[in-house]
Amino acid sequence: MEWEIILKWLPKLIQGATLTLELTAVSVLAGLIVAIPLGIARSSKLWYVRSLPYAYIFFFRGTPLLIQLFLVYYGLAQFDVVRESALWPYLRSPFWCAVITMTLHTAAYIAEILRGAIQAIPPGEIEAARALGMSRFKTLVHIILPRAARIGLPAYSNEVILMLKASSLASTVTLLELTGMTRTIIARNYQTVDMFLAAGAIYLIMSFVLIQGFKLLERWLRVDACQGR
Amino acid sequence: MTIDLYGFGPALAAGALMTVKLALTALCLGLVLGLLGALAKTSPFKPLRWLGGAYSTLVRGVPELLWVLLIYFGSVNLVRAIGESIGMPELTLSAFAAGVLALGLCFGAYATEVFRGAILAIPKGHREAGMALGLSKSRIFTKLVLPQMWRIALPGLGNLFMILMKDTALVSVIGLEEIMRQAQNAVTFAKHPFTFYMVAAVMYLGLTVLAMGTMHVLEKRAARGFVRRT
Repeated sequence: MEWEIILKWLPKLIQGATLTLELTAVSVLAGLIVAIPLGIARSSKLWYVRSLPYAYIFFFRGTPLLIQLFLVYYGLAQFDVVRESALWPYLRSPFWCAVITMTLHTAAYIAEILRGAIQAIPPGEIEAARALGMSRFKTLVHIILPRAARIGLPAYSNEVILMLKASSLASTVTLLELTGMTRTIIARNYQTVDMFLAAGAIYLIMSFVLIQGFKLLERWLRVDACQGR
Repeated sequence: MTIDLYGFGPALAAGALMTVKLALTALCLGLVLGLLGALAKTSPFKPLRWLGGAYSTLVRGVPELLWVLLIYFGSVNLVRAIGESIGMPELTLSAFAAGVLALGLCFGAYATEVFRGAILAIPKGHREAGMALGLSKSRIFTKLVLPQMWRIALPGLGNLFMILMKDTALVSVIGLEEIMRQAQNAVTFAKHPFTFYMVAAVMYLGLTVLAMGTMHVLEKRAARGFVRRT
């Protein structure tokens, strides 16, 4: 290991890591917002409400993120309608393409987590809320969603870590996040192994910090205390 | 509705074959690594436990793409040194071998946890019964623990295999001609990126469905003789 070289390029690596964190944070938060209606619709009892989110989830979970990224970044340009639309400045930029794709991708997984969480709520609790005269909407907001959030949180934290790692794919659409930055640096100094190992260490540190953060959040929301039936 | 593939149909089919080959080879390596990792993690020796834990934590904390790149580009000097020492200076790691190593490594790290859970789920009494019958430690593992482990580990392994199948697309980055790379080649020559990437996506969907069906059959087979209590 040549520590001097790693130290010399560390500011650049940290700059890349910042972009990685940005991509991850925006996509898991936006993904959560997209996933809430999807997850609720997915756990509906009516087949025609259930089928559309099911198809969405099936596509996004069944194909690699890399393909989805290429479909958005390279694929959309095939259509003149897209190129002439007002959204084109966004759909042309690799950053927004990566964010959009990662959001749509993670939303499918989060929706599935949410569905599992909603179905894991003891039916008695929902029945109790209805028996107390809460409307269906009130039950959803005050009972089902807060309960599902606690049941689904451990799985959601897993998903965040997976997205942190998946954000490395953004390097294939020319974004200089941690992996992309590392490849650029290697093209300059040829220290392949050292630079990749340094990047790996930074990924490890980031996921470690995130895991600890979610542990604190779980304690704050008292997830353990809510698991007892 | 017909889709014009501009004569790239056979290339894409060859890519699908390569994807399947890559996934299955990496699966074999990953299963071995996962089993070894789980044995290390449940062993009574502290250094082995530490080694197993370090393997699964380190590998799972780093992106798969980084492993693919690290193994392919990072091994050049090492492989050359090995090649020169055994008198084969032209020895290099092919993209396929690097892909198998990287994906197998990642699959193994996750499989370590799945197998460990399965080992722990086997009642202690079964092991003790084996000991009481005078079976050796290795025989207890191969005759008692291993056959029972499969049934418990199968659903988890199935999920990991789906992830592995989709991760094979990452190996296109180092130039292996699997589905993704063939689609990229086709786009370079014939344009129409959306069409080709969509066809590739549908091929991955088909492979996923195929794998899901196979897993369903395997799980049913493994659960013979067990009544599901609800």
